[in-house]
Amino acid sequence: MDNQSVLNRLKDKFGDQIQNPLEPHDLLTVETSAESIIDVLQFVKSDDLLQFNYLTDITAVHYPNQEKSFAVVYHVHNLYQNIRLRIKVYIDGQNPVIPTATVIWHGANWMERETYDFFGIIFEGHPDLRRILNMDDLGVFPMRKEYPLEDPNRVDKKDFYFGR
Amino acid sequence: MSLPITEITSNKNVFVDNDPQDELITLNLGPTHPATHGVFQNVLQIDGERIVSGVSTIGYIHRAFEKIAEHRPFYQITPLTDRLNYCSSPINNMGWHMTVEKLLRIEIPKRVQYMRVIVMELARIADHIICNGILGVDTGAFSGFLYVMQEREFIYEIFEEICGARLTTNIGRIGGFERDFNEIAFSKIEEFITRFPAVLTEFEELFVRNRIFIERTSGVAAVTPEEALSYSWSGPILRATGVDYDVRVVSPYCSYEEFDFEVPVGTNGDVYDRFLVRNEEMWQSMRIIRQALEKISKEPSGVFHADVPEFYLPPKEQVYTNMEALIYHFKIVMGEWETPQSEVYHAVEGGNGELGFYLIHDGGRTPYRLHFRRPSFINYQMFAPMSSGMLISDAIINMSSLNVIAGELDA
Amino acid sequence: MSNVKLGETPPGVEGAGFFATSLDKAVGLARANSLWPLPFATSCCGIEFMATMGSTYDLARFGAERPSFSPRQADMLLVMGTIAKKMAPVLKQVYIQMAEPRWVIAVGACASSGGIFDTYSVLQGIDEIIPVDVYVPGCPPRPEAILDGVLRLQDIVKSESLNRRNTPEYQALLEKYGIVTHNG
Repeated sequence: MDNQSVLNRLKDKFGDQIQNPLEPHDLLTVETSAESIIDVLQFVKSDDLLQFNYLTDITAVHYPNQEKSFAVVYHVHNLYQNIRLRIKVYIDGQNPVIPTATVIWHGANWMERETYDFFGIIFEGHPDLRRILNMDDLGVFPMRKEYPLEDPNRVDKKDFYFGR
Repeated sequence: MSLPITEITSNKNVFVDNDPQDELITLNLGPTHPATHGVFQNVLQIDGERIVSGVSTIGYIHRAFEKIAEHRPFYQITPLTDRLNYCSSPINNMGWHMTVEKLLRIEIPKRVQYMRVIVMELARIADHIICNGILGVDTGAFSGFLYVMQEREFIYEIFEEICGARLTTNIGRIGGFERDFNEIAFSKIEEFITRFPAVLTEFEELFVRNRIFIERTSGVAAVTPEEALSYSWSGPILRATGVDYDVRVVSPYCSYEEFDFEVPVGTNGDVYDRFLVRNEEMWQSMRIIRQALEKISKEPSGVFHADVPEFYLPPKEQVYTNMEALIYHFKIVMGEWETPQSEVYHAVEGGNGELGFYLIHDGGRTPYRLHFRRPSFINYQMFAPMSSGMLISDAIINMSSLNVIAGELDA
Repeated sequence: MSNVKLGETPPGVEGAGFFATSLDKAVGLARANSLWPLPFATSCCGIEFMATMGSTYDLARFGAERPSFSPRQADMLLVMGTIAKKMAPVLKQVYIQMAEPRWVIAVGACASSGGIFDTYSVLQGIDEIIPVDVYVPGCPPRPEAILDGVLRLQDIVKSESLNRRNTPEYQALLEKYGIVTHNG
């Protein structure tokens, strides 16, 4: 089984809900929408041919200049035949909401909490969506592009020595 | 009126008895605790000695690696990756370099790949030494740890000979290594693989058939393969449950497919199996290092980096004398290189499992987005659900055998 | 003649079977050579500390035989590794719980000044929240460097007055950090 047969199988089942198939560095990447992501993930996990039984990672990317600013990226892996699949879901920046994948894999729990902590994406149906790595009273979502790397409240860094 | 005792076939069932004091105590296994190897907190509700439920809190060493990586060029991210799993930093370094080489489509010569394999397997031995030694310390057996720490010091000497640093090594460059392994390094590696088997045998004799150790660890925290896969476990703890998923075998990188080694697999995923899997992996790593040394001796000597002057820093003597080398040096250091806009995911087998690097590059000086798929983070999420119903001492042993490294947990 | 070098005795009056010196010299000598560490190890420097405590570099021969995780029973707080802002209140609490006399060594670049992590979540040096006596630079510092830091601390301890905890300078220092003591 190779990338093309995986893509054909997905297209047969979901038609044009699977969009924009690419293969950057031989890893099949498809896009879908937030409404159909859970069906897609359930299908790739339980289908007898596809057998993507392992959830490798869930993360997100912020594209502030696009209309749909957040891309939630799922990596799944077929351990039997060593095929990986990347599924991207672009969601709206003002109100980022997407259903949770914890109904399919337990391992999605902390991955989604980390994504919420960094980007502010709400995973509907998550059992315990709260911050995991940052302090609870941080108030902002630090990995968004508008938030600076360094502590904005720092007073002891003299700009003169840093060429500012 | 006493309630019937429910079957205690696994640690998942809470022992029900007619205890009139039906109170639960809240115990804070706080961020600073001698038994937690790193800073993470568990707030446990306990009924006597048995844990009823627990909540994990992490993030006490969150250093925002992913945010920093958006502001650093590729070679400045290598010291960051060191500090992920700091017990085996060469594996992280090599994984990052391989990710960048995949993005830039750089072909690495065979000799360099074998040298990388040696460095990664030495780091894996170092990581498992710490994990198994500390598991012994947690069960009360301190001497074994001291015996094998001496071997870890010897591995540090080998790393010092190769790159100059002991722990956070920053080994290698994009395209290979910064210098060749000299004769002292090769002789130390050979000395290591001659003397380590005796030490490891002694360490095994202290633990593997030790009645007390078996009683403490056998049957504790058994996990089924379906649960482990559902929680996205990877690494030695997944292999202890019976699933033979090793990134080096399933999706090989760096010429691992040319090596002849076995992947040890356990049966019931308890702490004793995890100890044995890590122990056997150390033997297999030594086997790989021996084969790599043989293969290096058959390759043309002196090759230690790929021929990519646009990304590999030229030697300093040439920078001061040769015009092209000066220009390349300037462009590399200032980050004015032409790199493709693409996204790549590369995974290596770290000491704890599948360490993945997801890099999205937009052709600029620094990555657009870099995400580390950290095995300790994903493995640890099962700890709180798993520990309900366990005795506290069993939960401590369980945590120790998961080998949670705080740097990789929080990144 | 043997090669063993005897340590320096403090100035005092010597006679047949007795040696008289001032109390703070004797107590300083005793304290300096029995500093029990509290290893507050958070990250990579903690692994170098483990190597320091191991047989090759052996911190125990300088008196640090009993690492204690209980603040009340420890003399020196070795902060090793990055302290994030989430961890800062915990560190301060541990320092407050330590019983006098107490000293602090900041091991590594991250504890001294934030290290390479100039980010929103990392405390830029533990001297923002607790007073520090010795800084050991390095990332991670070699075990010899950590031993050197402990030896410098021994010099400080030997020459310290017995009444340090009640002196106004010390009180002012702790007040600057907002640490309330019940001594004065």
